[in-house]
Amino acid sequence: MSYGSIGFEAISAIVKILFMVLGFLMPLASILTWMERRQSAMMQDRLGPNRANIGPIKAWGITHFLADAVKFIFKEDYVPGKAHKFLFMWAPIMAMAPALIVAAIIPFGPSLCWSDLWHSSGNQVCEQPIGLQIARLDVGLLFYFAISSLAVYGATLAGWASHNKWAMMGGLRASSQMMSYEVTMGLAVLGAFLVFGSLEPGHIVSQQPNFLRFGGEFSSSWGIFMQPLGFVLFLTAAIAETKRTPFDIPEGEPEIIGYFVEYSGMRFGLFFLGEFLEIVTSSAIMISLFFGGWHWDSVTDGFLASHLPNILFVPVMFFGWTVKIVLFCMFQLLIRWSLPRFRSDQLMRLGWQRLLPISIANVVATALIILVAQSWGR
Amino acid sequence: MAVGVKVVNRPGSFSQQVFLPAIAEGLGVTFRHFMKNFFLNVSGNRKKSDIATIEYPEEKKKYPERFRGLHRLMLREDGQVRCVACMMCPTVCPAHCITIVAEEAPDGSIEKRPKIFEIDELRCVVCGLCAEACPCDAIRMDSGEHAHPTYRRVDGILDKEELMSRGTSSTAVQGGVGGFWREKVAQAPQTPPSGDVAPLGAPSGPTPIADLNRK
Repeated sequence: MSYGSIGFEAISAIVKILFMVLGFLMPLASILTWMERRQSAMMQDRLGPNRANIGPIKAWGITHFLADAVKFIFKEDYVPGKAHKFLFMWAPIMAMAPALIVAAIIPFGPSLCWSDLWHSSGNQVCEQPIGLQIARLDVGLLFYFAISSLAVYGATLAGWASHNKWAMMGGLRASSQMMSYEVTMGLAVLGAFLVFGSLEPGHIVSQQPNFLRFGGEFSSSWGIFMQPLGFVLFLTAAIAETKRTPFDIPEGEPEIIGYFVEYSGMRFGLFFLGEFLEIVTSSAIMISLFFGGWHWDSVTDGFLASHLPNILFVPVMFFGWTVKIVLFCMFQLLIRWSLPRFRSDQLMRLGWQRLLPISIANVVATALIILVAQSWGR
Repeated sequence: MAVGVKVVNRPGSFSQQVFLPAIAEGLGVTFRHFMKNFFLNVSGNRKKSDIATIEYPEEKKKYPERFRGLHRLMLREDGQVRCVACMMCPTVCPAHCITIVAEEAPDGSIEKRPKIFEIDELRCVVCGLCAEACPCDAIRMDSGEHAHPTYRRVDGILDKEELMSRGTSSTAVQGGVGGFWREKVAQAPQTPPSGDVAPLGAPSGPTPIADLNRK
């Protein structure tokens, strides 16, 4: 980090944070609240919410999320009489904040060449690059685990602070589930860590510039081709972490009511939004690990890089990354609206007796293959 | 006697135990439905998609022919009410929602006519007995409309003018001034009455029984 000054670094970091949170995560998570209802409706041969409009602008009802926000804000903000006021107030924020903080390590585009914006980047080295990643942490994915495991406090404290037996039970279910599946998640990432030799998402993304290559270049393919089982395990654990069907026993909106029963208005809205933020960030992490991050293929990316000026190339790649994110979010919505829910004991059995041994086997097998490949190459 | 326990051994093939093939199949079904409905909707071929939603205020479901809706009072040829205030319908009405106050008709050939004819649609149980009881085909429930929602209960009571506003002329025979339309048709066969009423005695088709003025 020899270039630039502290001031430049700080300002670019603040701009990146503002862009990521206000320009990407929050709008996408908000729109997902509408998209989920619309997509699930289409899957079930219904139409879904298509009515909200601002004057003549209807746009398939996409403004429903604004209508929801207005409704949430003007609803009565009810706090149960015996609730622990302080924790009751903080729990939704503690449930939502980790999803936002985790976004700090996600690489969302190629480096913006600040000193040479108007020329194509090509192969020359940039003097003053701005990496499109808020924090380049060497502990990377460990940071992701550390922060995302804090989300369990939001759910559990919400259940406890509500002074409601059912909310309490929901909070306990949430904590047991999230802790169980974090083990599998960590071991699934361990396989990716063995393959890429790094925990830093930016570095991991830079190692998978190609969609799929065979032979000697195989190791430059997307991570899913090297860690297919690791991806399935990570996806399963990530859905369990976001507490959505088939792992939604902490919430169970239709009958077993979960930890946010006592919440109403915007406080409930924060839980709701936090869930969708977790979908976006877990999708982003999965894309960084297994789907090449903002890369599509070195052929197309290289063509764009050498023909477009840097200031256009970076947004194009960012858009490509956004497409991946949206498709992945839609896939998660598809899963949520297709599968039935596990029972609590089935969930624990799946987590501890099936996924955990498989993920350990995945790590061992990956390590063996890498060992064989390295000794073969030598 | 203790309740017996029946152990069901589920078929435990490997592909069923790992869930994934079944999950992929299920996702395939929902994905196909989503894609079909999504693309047919976006391209404006809503009718070809599987979507069953009826967007209510714009589209309305077509009710069956014999749907019992709001009442209406049928009219004579000269636009007067057909009702002769015989009190059959308030007598038979199980909900007592029909109020008739009779008066003498100015036309000497008709004995009575209703001065007040009110139906409380909030009370009506939509049994259809009034229309069955009516000897003059004066009251009908075939308007195909719901009882409209109102802000005040009094707006749920329909008066004679309101009921007549949905009325049309009937083909049933009735005396009184204004004549009978079949006689008029017989007198002037060159100018059949407007609408799709066939002249009496026309060779084609059976005698119209239903109200032909209704579309």
